Amino acid sequence: MKKHPKAIACDADHGGRTGFTGAAVLRVLGWGACALLVAALAAIAAGCGGGGGGNDNASGSKGPKLPTSIGKGEGKLSLVAWEGYTQPDWVKPFVKQTGCKVTSKYAGSSDEMVTLMRQGGGQYDMVSASGDASLRLIRGGDVKPMNPDLIPDFKNFIDALKSPPHNTVDGVHYGISLQWGPNTLLYDTTKVKPAPTSWSTLYDPKYKGQITIPDNPIQIADAALYLAKSKPDLGITDPYELNKKQFDAAVTLLKQQRGLLKKHWSLASDEIDLFKNGDAVLGASWPYQTNTLQADKAPVKDLIPKEGATGWADTWMLSSKSKHPNCAYMWVKWVSTPKVQAQQAIYFGETPANTKACTVMDQLSPGSCKQYHADAPASYFDSIKFWKTPSADCGNGKKDCIDYNQWQRAWTEIKG
Amino acid sequence: MVVRAEEAGRSLGTARRRFSAAFWRRPWLRASSLLAPPVGFYLLIYVAALAVLFISAFWALDAESGKIVHTWGLGNFRALWDDHTYWRIAGRTVGLAAAVTVTDIVLAFPFAYFMARVASPRLRTVLFVLVLLPLWSSYLARIYAWRLILSNDGALNWSLGGLGLPHQHIAYTNWAVWIVFSYIWLPFMILPVYAALERIPDSYIEASRDLGAKNWTTFRRVVLPLALPGVVAGTIFTFSLTLGDYITPILVGNTQFIGNVVYRNVLGLTYDLPFAAAYATVPLVVMAIYLVLARRAGAFEAL
Repeated sequence: MKKHPKAIACDADHGGRTGFTGAAVLRVLGWGACALLVAALAAIAAGCGGGGGGNDNASGSKGPKLPTSIGKGEGKLSLVAWEGYTQPDWVKPFVKQTGCKVTSKYAGSSDEMVTLMRQGGGQYDMVSASGDASLRLIRGGDVKPMNPDLIPDFKNFIDALKSPPHNTVDGVHYGISLQWGPNTLLYDTTKVKPAPTSWSTLYDPKYKGQITIPDNPIQIADAALYLAKSKPDLGITDPYELNKKQFDAAVTLLKQQRGLLKKHWSLASDEIDLFKNGDAVLGASWPYQTNTLQADKAPVKDLIPKEGATGWADTWMLSSKSKHPNCAYMWVKWVSTPKVQAQQAIYFGETPANTKACTVMDQLSPGSCKQYHADAPASYFDSIKFWKTPSADCGNGKKDCIDYNQWQRAWTEIKG
Repeated sequence: MVVRAEEAGRSLGTARRRFSAAFWRRPWLRASSLLAPPVGFYLLIYVAALAVLFISAFWALDAESGKIVHTWGLGNFRALWDDHTYWRIAGRTVGLAAAVTVTDIVLAFPFAYFMARVASPRLRTVLFVLVLLPLWSSYLARIYAWRLILSNDGALNWSLGGLGLPHQHIAYTNWAVWIVFSYIWLPFMILPVYAALERIPDSYIEASRDLGAKNWTTFRRVVLPLALPGVVAGTIFTFSLTLGDYITPILVGNTQFIGNVVYRNVLGLTYDLPFAAAYATVPLVVMAIYLVLARRAGAFEAL
């Protein structure tokens, strides 16, 4: 059976094999099918068109209207969170107290969080966004300003997290800070000798095939942070605000490192496996992996190398389409209290924003306040370069910085 | 009253009869109403989704707000065309898919041949179960199992060490991806090849021998041509499944394939759906070319 050479999509002529009646049936069916398809596409196009237009951008307006008191709870609250951020230990008492029934969805990355908030269409009320997601959400109009005066514990927060640049734009608070922590250098004490002191170990050919770093474009900032100290003539001051020359230097460094890597890890459990099975002996990590591995008696240690470290600082942000804002404010109020801050810090291995949490941490698990740096001076916080979304605006008047889109493209290129 | 009820019953019966008569007189109507629901479902759920995928490849993403802009353009395709990285990734993916397909043919053919033509009915059942057994367990569990086997302190190196052989560093390399893909898709090759081999009548082989052909000649000129449609059907599975998969490379590999680039753009980063859609057309085109070639080779006529 030879197909007609110019058969077009809606040509339902299927030749003579099926006989006269069959061919007629197929023809009718074919046209019916075409009509259906066209109708479906039209419906989809109409739906898309409608969705694209409806963008009520909260970030554009000056002087946003903020609630001055928390009203009656709506009975429901839907969260997008990092795994471990909505544990029953502190969610259950909250539900009992406020009547707000909490449902939460765990996200595996900042990027997934942004996607969920954008595509959720008001399905989610809040997100525990890290600094590299928060600015994207603010710029996209996906979250709306919040009033910190309604959070009593806000005044107990460390100063640096009251109006940090990753969630406060032009003095407007888009969300309330939660917890923070550093990205550390993790190493196997039996195989890496002498013990590392610098990020340069991650670029050392001596450990070829035994290094692992996160599969995340924000990793370019880690290379930039190292270059800021090792090649001062590049003039890098902020690892997230890189001009073309600085950016290219960081990308080149990562491309050289590519040959030394065992794997780019995408899940924390990936890195734990790599260290446990002896596939990796050095890696860029979070304190969570170190805690888990040490609990398993693996011979590992972590440190913040002499160049300093990048890190994350998370913020509970309120969706601009939230239908349960009162429950959302109650939630933020609840997770900002010293008790919940301490519980979460110990569970996840991070540092609480609330300075009052330290004593509670030591009550819950002696020594944990010091272990997770909850009592560290402000200089410790300042030594960490927190994740934020790179944009063309360098922040120093210049507009020639590389934006996150290009970070992403470059990351694909680095991975090859 | 009784009369009226009877009349009503009669008129209902008449309507029903007229209704069925209408269908009887117009066979096309009968067939259309029977086929319309499945065809409608197919078009709405399946074809429409593909169409939207293709259409969105021509849209763009606004970098500032991260919203999709519904203006038509070839920007995504141009970006893909100009960037060597995406060519390299596409080439690597197609190369791997081909390698996995060839490996699976080599492994599956003797196995299927044994199952179909040598094994006793009882043994055949056992082998069938063994082939299908892995499909009953989670795909992820099997990949993680391979991770444990291949890792530095894993079962493979432990066995090699026991035999006094040097350690292998296969974990998190393209070799590992190749091995795991070949393992995971093997049943999808064995089953169609088995079906094709099983359908060859014994009399053909006897006739070939009667005409003086030796074993190898019989295999080459009778068995192989008749089994070819099954092999091609199997290659369509292994090839297309490898082209689209992104989980295996994430878990056991150290490089990215087409699926990983699409995944990164869909679930995350700048949420660049149009770009992902544009790149997702690459496996579609590759598969289309493959199917055209397979059809040219006559693989479908014998199906």
